[in-house]
Amino acid sequence: MLKQRLGGVVVVKDNLCVQSIGFHKYLPIGKPEIAVEFLNKWGIDEIIYLDISATKKGLKPDFETIKYISRKCFVPLTVGGGINSVSDMQKLVRFGADKVAINSAVLKSPELVNKAAAVLGNQCIVVSIDIKLVKGKYHVISYLGLQIVEKDPVKWAQILAKLGAGEILLNSIDRDGSAKGFDLDLVHKITNCVNIPVVACGGAGNPDDFSKAFTIGKANCAAAANFFHFTEHSVITTKAYLKKKGIDLRIDTQADYQSFEFDDTGSIAKMSDSYLAEQRFKYCPPETI
Amino acid sequence: MGFKNAFTMKKILIIDYKLGNHQSIANALDFLGYKFLISNVISDILKADAYILPGVGAFGEAMKNLTRLKIIDVLEQEVLRRNKPILGICLGMQIMTEDSEENGNFKGLGWIKGHVVKMHPKKGNSIPHVGWNNIKVILKNPLFSRVTGDANYYFDHSYHVICDKKNVAGVVLYGYKMTAAIANNNIFGVQFHPEKSQINGLRLYKGFFNYCNIF
Repeated sequence: MLKQRLGGVVVVKDNLCVQSIGFHKYLPIGKPEIAVEFLNKWGIDEIIYLDISATKKGLKPDFETIKYISRKCFVPLTVGGGINSVSDMQKLVRFGADKVAINSAVLKSPELVNKAAAVLGNQCIVVSIDIKLVKGKYHVISYLGLQIVEKDPVKWAQILAKLGAGEILLNSIDRDGSAKGFDLDLVHKITNCVNIPVVACGGAGNPDDFSKAFTIGKANCAAAANFFHFTEHSVITTKAYLKKKGIDLRIDTQADYQSFEFDDTGSIAKMSDSYLAEQRFKYCPPETI
Repeated sequence: MGFKNAFTMKKILIIDYKLGNHQSIANALDFLGYKFLISNVISDILKADAYILPGVGAFGEAMKNLTRLKIIDVLEQEVLRRNKPILGICLGMQIMTEDSEENGNFKGLGWIKGHVVKMHPKKGNSIPHVGWNNIKVILKNPLFSRVTGDANYYFDHSYHVICDKKNVAGVVLYGYKMTAAIANNNIFGVQFHPEKSQINGLRLYKGFFNYCNIF
């Protein structure tokens, strides 16, 4: 069976991996390549690398950095930021990206999706949509000036799917960096109206949020940035919890946390003192390829 | 270009025919510590001991590029007559079969008896087949010799190979059974992307190169 996916988002601003809060506050995390390396090691299913400052400054994607980080990434790599032509996308794929994410370029000229899909194939084109709740109604937002675009999110998603987008990356600006959980209502609205995979993003605060994104939101992939960056083995423990909940996921890492107990939100429950004492002298053989 | 220290090491060649993700495969081989060359020059092809045939794109385009580069004859000589091992990845595996119905009807290299057909999954399963899926290993050696159980691999394709049962090394279930890996003497192919499948993908590469006696 095809597995559900967990995505790790690496938000990059001015060559630094950052924590983004509501699309306007940013806290530094560290070097993007380290973030990619750790996510890869912890068994993430795909990595989404978004350079949020490139388009704002009118820059092209940083191809050399992509080539460099792709060396640490043995899972599918989606790259976004600064892309505004098909040739940019082709160059990114040549430099190690597997998919490209486009956002503002598509808001300007939707037919770009069509052109790109014809050259690179549908599976390669991820279209990112930023959405904000204004006066009880969802609106598509251009992240450049945080302005409302006169588009209905559901209709916009359907147009994109028809144009040949392979996947939709759905960002909730209200939940971004809030750790309040995914906007399940929004995720379900979009997954319900298109039959291409939807990547839900924004708001993950604990492993149970991912479970809800899959079961209630019907997302194919649940992605998070901040949540994964700050805890050791965050991806593996989340997967172990989701597996207990009956969600079909890939677990290939040597440490799999299968024997651990979890509380209601998916945090690891405390082990007994005798178990912990025993662990102190346990030998872990190194992983062989 | 060309191989350095030519007489000491066995040589791996990634065939560059302008279609495919050479960078990702190069990253995987780099990580495993293998020395390799990405090239389409005939003299390099003659000197190599093992080949990787990558490929992301359309079947017709791939065959057109190979024909234009005039390397089909030399590859055929090295692979079929001198029995050098080759691993085709995704489209690279598909073009080793006889023909494909992708965007028309195109003739392939014909090294493996079989055809490439569009997938017709059951209701609810979309085309392309993208994502992580677990395969069922049928022939463990050499590709899956280092892999335990039915491992997960990353798939990304709309067409698949149908071939003789004895050449099928692994199958994947997506509504119905599809060929995930093929093996015929020194010719191997995988439908998934081992370079994007983390540890189990790296293990597959290592299994293949161990078979080639490249360490």
